[in-house]
Amino acid sequence: MRRRLITLANALAVFAALLLLWQLVLWIFHVPPYMLPSVFAVARSVVARFSSLLASFAITAEESAAGLVASIIVGVLIALIFAQSRWVRSMLYPYTLLLQTVPIVAIAPLILMWVGGGTLAVALIAFIISLAPIIANTTQGLISVDENLVHLFLMHNAAPAQLLFKLRLPHAVPSLFVGIRIASGIAVIGAITGELYAGSSRVGAGGLGYSILYASSQLQTDYLFALVLAATVLGFSFFFIVMFLEWYFLHKWHESARAPETA
Amino acid sequence: MTAVPQIEFMSVSKRYTNTGMVLAGVDLTVFKGEFVSLIGPSGCGKSTVLKLISGLTSPTLGTIKVDGMTPKDARETVSYIFQDATLLPWRPVEQNIGLGLELGGVGKMRTREKTTALLKLVGLEHVAKVYPRELSGGMKMRVSIARALATSPKLLLMDEPFAALDEMSRDRLNEELLRLRDEQKWTAVFVTHSVEEAVFLSSRIIVLAPNPGRIHEVFAIELPFPRTAALRETPEFGALVAQVSHTLRGAMMT
Repeated sequence: MRRRLITLANALAVFAALLLLWQLVLWIFHVPPYMLPSVFAVARSVVARFSSLLASFAITAEESAAGLVASIIVGVLIALIFAQSRWVRSMLYPYTLLLQTVPIVAIAPLILMWVGGGTLAVALIAFIISLAPIIANTTQGLISVDENLVHLFLMHNAAPAQLLFKLRLPHAVPSLFVGIRIASGIAVIGAITGELYAGSSRVGAGGLGYSILYASSQLQTDYLFALVLAATVLGFSFFFIVMFLEWYFLHKWHESARAPETA
Repeated sequence: MTAVPQIEFMSVSKRYTNTGMVLAGVDLTVFKGEFVSLIGPSGCGKSTVLKLISGLTSPTLGTIKVDGMTPKDARETVSYIFQDATLLPWRPVEQNIGLGLELGGVGKMRTREKTTALLKLVGLEHVAKVYPRELSGGMKMRVSIARALATSPKLLLMDEPFAALDEMSRDRLNEELLRLRDEQKWTAVFVTHSVEEAVFLSSRIIVLAPNPGRIHEVFAIELPFPRTAALRETPEFGALVAQVSHTLRGAMMT
């Protein structure tokens, strides 16, 4: 507990030092506020426009969460198919690589064309971008079961469904979480990028990406910074929620979740 | 001991595509109630014999009968204990022990009853709800043994189950294993590298020679059952260990 408090204090000290540095740069180089607003201007902007900031935050959070949850469901299903045979894997795996390498900014206009702008399009972009790590990690977890454990199940005449649900799937949960951790970060990035192209056009009701675009066009640099801050908070929230879920599901049995006192 | 065969190997050969001939023309009968140990240098196909008995792999030539059936059909009455405990880390001890019953569709109540009895039998009642990562190597192996016994097997196959343990735990588990067999009367085929362990446990020791694996010599161990820890200090025991060790060295030379 004490060690954790010290870690927290250190992190806050670094944050304070960064703010100080920011303010020093402003004072020494006389940067105009539309280029770099002061710490206080950003803070004022956060307070003054808190409700619209929160509204944007909620929209982007919803879109990223929808995309992430969809990618977990679809990704696990695809991984289950991949785990069936080496033959299926070698045939289909290259296409997941395609999913990973296609630049999202290149297909965003297509998606906009197909489903129109708004929440659905953005969630779809978040989904596409976060799917690959879920598939890759879950597949790895499903197929990397110890051979002796498989033999043990075979010795008990286990049915294929038992082998899958009582052995392979539980064994893949830690790897699935590795995938979700990576996916949660890029789902948020995907949603914000998606909003730059396909965000709702209703003024004041756009997500963070859309609002960033709008604020920059209006040279509201202090609000732009507030939005960037909100995007960071969103990314962190996702990360911590996933960390908590991982802890919740794995702390009882998995080596990685062992408490530091006993390790 | 009535001489009813539990396992029959009739001129069994096994060839793997990568490693070539592992077993060549093995004839072997294990009778009901026997405790047979397989010992030999690495590459002599000891583990392959167990895999063949369990039907996890099929012979290239020859016939294998277990309980008069094909190995796969006989699986219901066979349990396998691996070198590492192979526990499911996401299940607490009691659910690991109940795995075989659960997979076989045995009801929850009955499984619970059996698990409780087995926990007591192997002295693990106090860790019933504990997850495997908290257990020592010896305790993990006990869970593995309890799991194997849960399905009331007629035949127990063990592939160097105590190889990773320290000598004290190994000796204790050897004694416990004999006590359990005394109560439950299963037949055992036991693969080991340790001559002492083989002599202590077995009614018969089969020494295998490598390249390709074949039977080199067979020893009947006539020390009376029940055997206790004190047996290890008797001159008869020492003489048998010396004799088997000598033969084992001979098997390596061939």
